[in-house]
Amino acid sequence: MGQESSPLFAGSTGTLRLIGYLALAMVLMVLDHRNGWMWRIRYGAAVAVEPLYRLAGLPVEGMRTLSVAFADRQRLTVQNQRLREDLLLANAKLNRMAAVAQQNEHLKELLDTQRSLELNVQLARVVGVDLGAYRHRLLLNVGAHDGVKPGQPVIDARGVMGQVIQTLPTTSVVMLITDPNNALPVTVERTGLRTIAYGSRDGDRLVLPTIPMAADVREGDRLLTSGLGGRFPPGFPVGEVTRVAPAATGMFLEAQAQPTADINRSEDVLLLHDQAEPVGPPQPVAPAGPPADLAPAGAGQPAPAVPAPKGKP
Amino acid sequence: MNRQRLGLWWFIGTLVFALLSMLVPLPDVLEPFKPYWPALVLLYWSLESGERVTLGLAFTMGLAADLLDGVLLGEQALRLTALVFIALRFRSRLRFFPMWQQTLAVLALLINDRILLTIVRVFAGDALPPASWWISPFVGAALWPFVFLLLDDLRMRLRLQ
Repeated sequence: MGQESSPLFAGSTGTLRLIGYLALAMVLMVLDHRNGWMWRIRYGAAVAVEPLYRLAGLPVEGMRTLSVAFADRQRLTVQNQRLREDLLLANAKLNRMAAVAQQNEHLKELLDTQRSLELNVQLARVVGVDLGAYRHRLLLNVGAHDGVKPGQPVIDARGVMGQVIQTLPTTSVVMLITDPNNALPVTVERTGLRTIAYGSRDGDRLVLPTIPMAADVREGDRLLTSGLGGRFPPGFPVGEVTRVAPAATGMFLEAQAQPTADINRSEDVLLLHDQAEPVGPPQPVAPAGPPADLAPAGAGQPAPAVPAPKGKP
Repeated sequence: MNRQRLGLWWFIGTLVFALLSMLVPLPDVLEPFKPYWPALVLLYWSLESGERVTLGLAFTMGLAADLLDGVLLGEQALRLTALVFIALRFRSRLRFFPMWQQTLAVLALLINDRILLTIVRVFAGDALPPASWWISPFVGAALWPFVFLLLDDLRMRLRLQ
């Protein structure tokens, strides 16, 4: 009471109200953490929130525009030259790959599988907005109205960036693979070892904390998505191992990896539309033999489990 | 009457501007140095115009900030309410501190705010943040005199309450 009346402590604040507000905040946090219904509120509030995002993204957008407008001719020429070389190289590779892809298609037709190499992608632009300190998230300029769904993988030209965790009507939030809460099933390209890559604590690297002691993992090994878990299609580059050391527990090897994707600098990203495979083991493939007209006349019903070689009479 | 209304809009405008500044990203290298703008602006207003800033306003602003950055509903509401409560409690002292003392007080408030945030995040199951996590309060305190003088000067020029 002495405090409340003293001029030094004069003010319109009551401790009781403080406690009330703090309790309310805590209740909100617990409810939100347990149920995650904040996103539903956000989806409803998107009418007010999304224009603010666009507004806050303007400085970054402006910087990009300015850097193009004021880039001197010299730099643009150099950049153009580099891009053309890249394109040439990519085209050359593609041409070589085309033959392989065709052969692959052909073999797969023989095997009667459905999976194709074609990618069904959607281009998206990153909105330059900071979503909280050390939360490794991106905001994209496409959302539920453009057919984006939570769980879709996001890649850039070099590798996997992350996955969509939330969609608003015209924007969506991506969790990066470097987020400490993200785990990604990967396989080591050289040895085929399967393991899991987590985001690191300081958030610009990947950590693989559970590699068996006897496993063969070296610096420079490339990591690919393994496709387990059904979120990411297999075979996309994820990162490159930079350091391997025994983990603090002494029971595993712990490797660190640098993501291949330009996590912090990408302006344009690709959203993959086909979700690799449904979760769980794949459906058993119906046994299929060679085409009927290749079957030897008069033979009964061989029904081989493995397709017979094509050159069979 | 008109001037009063203008003053109210100016007040709201600075708060919205603080929220927007929170969303604008800095270049990657400067990212850990980003001050917590909503706290600085709310502190300014709670010192200068204590009758406008109430705990309810701090709570509402925190909720708006939570909706914007989408981390955990109620997190910033808790932090800003605590911050404004302390600032209002010691308002009459803080106002008459010389600038350097005021800056130190702001530093203490911002560090307290970061500690609260760390506690909330650890409870929510996050890992402990890296060392660069603690740079931001110092940057905020270093900017405080400028924020204070700039806002004060603008208010004087516009002759607003």
